[in-house]
Amino acid sequence: MAVLIQQQSVVEGGQRYRNLAARRILILCCLLAALALSVAIDIGLGPARYSLGEVLAAIFTPDAVSNQLRVVIWDIRMPIALMAVTVGACLSVAGAQMQTILANPLASPFTLGISAAAGFGAALGLVAGVAVFPAAVQYMVPINAFLMAMAASLFIYGVSTLRGVTVETIVLLGIALVFTFNALLSLLEYLASEQALAAVVFWTMGSLTKATWSKVAVTGAILVVVIPLFARNAWALTALRLGDEKASSFGVSVRRLRLETMMLVSLLAAIPVSFVGTIGFVGLVGPHIARMLVGEDQRFFLPGSAICGALLLSATSVVSKMLIPGAILPIGVITALVGVPFFFSLIFTNRRRAW
Amino acid sequence: MVSLELSGVGARYGRTHIFADITTGPIKGGHLTAVIGPNAAGKSTLFKRIAGLLKGEGVVEVCGEDALSRPICYMPQDTGANAVLTVYESVLLAAKQGAGWRVADQDLAGIDEILHSLGITDLAFRDLGALSGGQRQLVAIAQALVRRPQVLLMDEPTSALDLFRQIEVLQYMRGLARKSGIAVLIALHDLNHAMRYCDHTMVVADGRLIANGPTTEVITASLLSDVYRVTARIETCTHGRPLVIVDGTA
Repeated sequence: MAVLIQQQSVVEGGQRYRNLAARRILILCCLLAALALSVAIDIGLGPARYSLGEVLAAIFTPDAVSNQLRVVIWDIRMPIALMAVTVGACLSVAGAQMQTILANPLASPFTLGISAAAGFGAALGLVAGVAVFPAAVQYMVPINAFLMAMAASLFIYGVSTLRGVTVETIVLLGIALVFTFNALLSLLEYLASEQALAAVVFWTMGSLTKATWSKVAVTGAILVVVIPLFARNAWALTALRLGDEKASSFGVSVRRLRLETMMLVSLLAAIPVSFVGTIGFVGLVGPHIARMLVGEDQRFFLPGSAICGALLLSATSVVSKMLIPGAILPIGVITALVGVPFFFSLIFTNRRRAW
Repeated sequence: MVSLELSGVGARYGRTHIFADITTGPIKGGHLTAVIGPNAAGKSTLFKRIAGLLKGEGVVEVCGEDALSRPICYMPQDTGANAVLTVYESVLLAAKQGAGWRVADQDLAGIDEILHSLGITDLAFRDLGALSGGQRQLVAIAQALVRRPQVLLMDEPTSALDLFRQIEVLQYMRGLARKSGIAVLIALHDLNHAMRYCDHTMVVADGRLIANGPTTEVITASLLSDVYRVTARIETCTHGRPLVIVDGTA
């Protein structure tokens, strides 16, 4: 063994690790700064044109500005901007953990049928007037979407608790759910009136325009509750990426961890989708961008995924306002158009294998 | 000196019994114990059962105590990984399971020491996915050692290594066992490696423990004929070491 002993100092490895960790923290800080800038631009942009000074005055001294300006900034633009942040973070973290526990780079709320189930739930309300939870008819569409999304999540969760079910089975099941709910959605669209059809199409494109402070609070609260639970399992979740057997050999209770994570992911995916409609790209690509930038140590990957998802959706919100002046395009449509070129540039400039 | 003992140990997947009623007597630490047997004999399952990853009947004791209260580390056969992690991170990950987020200088020093002793410091900041099969085996050994086990169960650790590395790893593990007194059980297919580096050998076949004892007494021509269905001789080489020579299938 002595033959192979390297000349490198023993201390050097530890120091290099510290440098690597510091570089990753710096990357997270830069992403956070970019997110703050994007949110600021998002708040500053809109069909009603206000100067930077007016916007800042409305934010920091709301009592000193006109009622109209205050309403536009505080009741319309800020909820939209912050909804983009919380929804983006929720979907991206959900995608990151789905990819981790299912060992599949294609796993996301969109590809596992959760978004499709939500879309079908919303369409049930919009087309057929069916309230899955009849006690709250005025919130029929988001509640339908949420309940259907949760039903799909719990179905996947339930199947994953069965003995002998592999991660490949779960992914295939998710794909089957996508096709099933899309077929049901198409059937409803075929039967729908013109007005209802338009509403369904708009919902399935995803939109932040119906954001309110209460929705921001709910999605933010989900993040605040769930992220610390994931953080507590950071080492174990990272170990899962080395394979079930290796993780078990490290003392990780793989089955329990997978079920616990699946349950939390269901909440993270279902709630935002029920509020803003189908936004497919963030949950898939946000984690991949984070993985390329900070690796898969969950201590960096978890916040990295949240910030990347938030930044992606926030930047998309900005672009959706800028493409056609005076109009706000559906965010679900723009997300892919903004994200794909950025994602491609990362893939082709980053030589590090991302999966 | 660590001592491992199995009493009436069995394991099954669902209703299928893989093995049953394995009793070994004390397996002393301080040297290597080979676990040999044909493919699908249950060697990996036996390791998983000892490590507590599989439930089953019987008792596994380390130094006379329930094995679950002692650090037993199982090093799986499959060391392939798609994770976007460096070698250093993957070893740190093994060391920090169940611990907090903070990484102390002491943790890093322990990793540096193990990578250094295995001669893989040059791989420390390479991605796992960029390693060869043999390099990943060495990283897997580092991941196992960093957990400071009292019993180390290595499932074919030399299977992807070239001859030089095979010898190097077995010599290293033998030296480590002697120095630290830990019990190291190694599943091997190369019987000459077992002859040369392992003082003790267990033979598993058809879900039973066929033989268990000093390697030179256990590995005999008749055992090879019964277990592996080959005609073989045990000769002594010019250095005075026993050598398995296989003439053909029985």
